[in-house]
Amino acid sequence: MADTALQLGIVGGYMVVALAVGAVAYRLTDRTAEDYYLASRTLGTVVLLFTTFATLLSAFTFFGGPNLAYSAGPEWILVMGLMDGIIFAVLWYVLGYKQWLVGKRHGYVTLGEMLGDRFGSTPLRVVVAAVSLFWLFPYVMLQQKGAGQAIVGLTGGAVPFWVGAGGITLFMVLYVALSGMRGVAWTDTLQGLFMLSLVWVAVAWVLSAVGGAGEATAALSGTNPDFLGLGGGLYTPQYIVSTAVSIAFGVTMFPQINQRFFAAGSKKVLKRTFALWPVLVLLLFVPAFMLGAWAAGLGVTVPEGGNVIPAILGEYTPTWFTALVIAGAMAAMMSSSDSMLLSGSSYLTRDLYRPLTGRDDATDEATDRRETLVARVGVVVFATLSFVASLYTPGTLVQIGDTAFSGFAQLTVPVALALYWRGTTRSGMFAGVVGSQLFYGLHVVPVVSALSGLVGADVALPATYLGWTPGVVGILVGLLLTVGVSLVTAPAATEDRTAYAVSGVESD
Amino acid sequence: MSTVRLVGWTVVALVLMALAVPWFLWGDAGTALGLPVWLWWHIGWMALASVVFAVFARTDWGLGVEEVS
Repeated sequence: MADTALQLGIVGGYMVVALAVGAVAYRLTDRTAEDYYLASRTLGTVVLLFTTFATLLSAFTFFGGPNLAYSAGPEWILVMGLMDGIIFAVLWYVLGYKQWLVGKRHGYVTLGEMLGDRFGSTPLRVVVAAVSLFWLFPYVMLQQKGAGQAIVGLTGGAVPFWVGAGGITLFMVLYVALSGMRGVAWTDTLQGLFMLSLVWVAVAWVLSAVGGAGEATAALSGTNPDFLGLGGGLYTPQYIVSTAVSIAFGVTMFPQINQRFFAAGSKKVLKRTFALWPVLVLLLFVPAFMLGAWAAGLGVTVPEGGNVIPAILGEYTPTWFTALVIAGAMAAMMSSSDSMLLSGSSYLTRDLYRPLTGRDDATDEATDRRETLVARVGVVVFATLSFVASLYTPGTLVQIGDTAFSGFAQLTVPVALALYWRGTTRSGMFAGVVGSQLFYGLHVVPVVSALSGLVGADVALPATYLGWTPGVVGILVGLLLTVGVSLVTAPAATEDRTAYAVSGVESD
Repeated sequence: MSTVRLVGWTVVALVLMALAVPWFLWGDAGTALGLPVWLWWHIGWMALASVVFAVFARTDWGLGVEEVS
């Protein structure tokens, strides 16, 4: 019982420190949208790097991913490296830098705004924002589920799931209401550095207890020899490539990541962040996922519904250290979630509330006040619903995360075409965005098999296409639809086809 | 000239992606210094990617993205 008190004390103390940072940032934030959502486009290298990085410090990194390494081998490190270290870095340049240039010139704050302006279409703006919010929901839920599991695992069930999930919900709502992008970015930086150090300390601690990496790996080859060989089991080439591509594409369209493309302070910041990215990814995922894999060889047992990282730390490190790592992981989930909620609320107010109530560019005080209210109520409702869903939704952290990533990934190709190919038309965008979402959505929600069941037939969509996931096939569908429909339709009269033509000079 | 550079860098990017996973070690369970050999390849490759990205950022940043028209 004394242990539980200590553990909860550490978790609670950590949360309060994070909240204090938010309070300081709040004092420095004025309530214009550009400052609240983008910190007035002033983020420097370290902060931009870590605030983007922190969105990776999610429940998946500390729980879902190591669990996979524990049950199927450490090859997920390769998926993360390929997708996050390299594909995402390339997209960072191709999409991110372009969006930054375009956003700086026209003052865009959200993706929907950027597309709506170019294609002269409020409905497009609304559709993009609605699609984004739809997929954001399971991902926020994933963090809440992770926090609930973390508390259960840490206290051995003394504290129930809903307390952890509910606690993090409360904290993130408070945090978003209190601080803006600046506060979120600051805490992300502190937490990113802190968690990165903790993961390495954890590895060093466990390895020194078992006699080094050589011993741990030898133990693993004794119990699970197939884990050390590249591939096998879950890991097929198609699986690795599909997962890496759909997650990398998905990451760029996550509201909180995409919005960071607009928030960089200068071109130099973008360049440095771009070059440091692969190394940072490596530094995080190699130790976190190897711990999970080693745990299998060391005979660590994971309780039903629990996670491997707390289990292995509980075995080899003191209680306070385990609690500190869990507290850090929960805080990291919180910072991921509040980034998501902050960006989500900007989509809600700017791309849904304003256009749908005919207040498009109104700048009067009454509109601003009401918008702030809508943003806050929206965040509370959204977070509460996802909290309730987290209590009842089955599925592992990995399944939930993967579903959300692939949903976002469907947006990437139409957006890239819009940015680079002047022949893209409004109809093409609608076809690509809506078509790929329908295609992917039908694979996630078993509508087809349910309908065919009603008429007594047994028809279902395939789970994979020659080993490729529907998420990846959907990206291709989006490409074909956007290009095909753009080629056969004429641009609408209100389109501004030169909106995205920017030189680098003006932004130096 | 810039077309040549664009094609060149595109090829570099594709190679960086293609070999981040050492496909030629598929099924290989060899270890060295306590880690699987394929993981060492990956670690080295990511470090290389960082260096290549830094070189690109220094020399040809803006290629293909900035356009005046």
